[in-house]
Amino acid sequence: MKSQLKGFLWVGLGVSLLLAIFLSPFASPSPDGLEKVAERHGFAEKGEGWTLWKYAPFRDYTLPWIENKGLSTAIAGAMGVFAIFLIAVGFATCLKKGKVR
Amino acid sequence: MHIPDGFLSHGLNAATFVVSAGACAYGVKKVNQKFGEKEVPLMGVTAAFVFAAQMLNFPVAGGTSGHFLGAVFSSVLLGPWAALIIMTLVLVVQCLGFADGGLTALGSNIFNMGVVGALGGYAIFWFLYRLSGRSQKGFFVALAVASWFSVVLGSTAAALELAISGTSPLVIALPAMAGIHAIIGVGEAIITTTAVSLILKTRPDLVSCFHKRIAPSGLAQEGGVS
Repeated sequence: MKSQLKGFLWVGLGVSLLLAIFLSPFASPSPDGLEKVAERHGFAEKGEGWTLWKYAPFRDYTLPWIENKGLSTAIAGAMGVFAIFLIAVGFATCLKKGKVR
Repeated sequence: MHIPDGFLSHGLNAATFVVSAGACAYGVKKVNQKFGEKEVPLMGVTAAFVFAAQMLNFPVAGGTSGHFLGAVFSSVLLGPWAALIIMTLVLVVQCLGFADGGLTALGSNIFNMGVVGALGGYAIFWFLYRLSGRSQKGFFVALAVASWFSVVLGSTAAALELAISGTSPLVIALPAMAGIHAIIGVGEAIITTTAVSLILKTRPDLVSCFHKRIAPSGLAQEGGVS
């Protein structure tokens, strides 16, 4: 039972990594729903003036020091998948029964 | 649907932050009551999948793209409160790590995609699933409809926030946002039902709200799925 669960988790993590590495470079570069609405109705520039947090290491899902756009996105995506996995597991571990009052 | 800095007023962002933080605090309490050994790694994998799938923008009408949200997907796997926490963690990582969604708008983004998307989407799912008499067909219909609504209602909330902030009048923002997200929501429904049906075929016990209600015994559960 326990090893079966482990197996599924490796599959899930593997699928997520494959998506992030091999499919994300082919994602549509078109603006998303909100960006398109902002462009069409003339308030897109309101979002371009400033940002509070300027230290995002993988701005726009790329690594600035890698020239190749596809490779850059793939690596940024893979790092994001690992990061969110570790953060969520860590958080969930703290949330397990009886750990928080 | 990730709102950047500058679109919304600070007052509104503060208000949604308070609501989102309160919902998350209550969610932590609820999750703490039911999480065991199994849920911990499952939450990690679900969050990782949601993050990866959100990178994959697919083209929709007129030079616009949309991507998977994953709020209802996470809800049916781990429950609505864990889904709210998953969406929050994903949004925080996207904001701080990838400059996707503004830090000042974080409360609003969590409200739209977590509170409205995950909690609201799950409420719709739960209502329709019960209405269907908890049949297998009813499960997938409820899943598809709730997924569509999670995206459309999330974008509706975003339109309301834009209007309240004076960025775009409601008569323009609401039809524009709900209209394009009505198409993106179809993609959401397809991806969610496909992913959940694959998991149900292989590991029905991981879909918490399917096996718990429809199949009290292990035998009935297998009969119901295959």
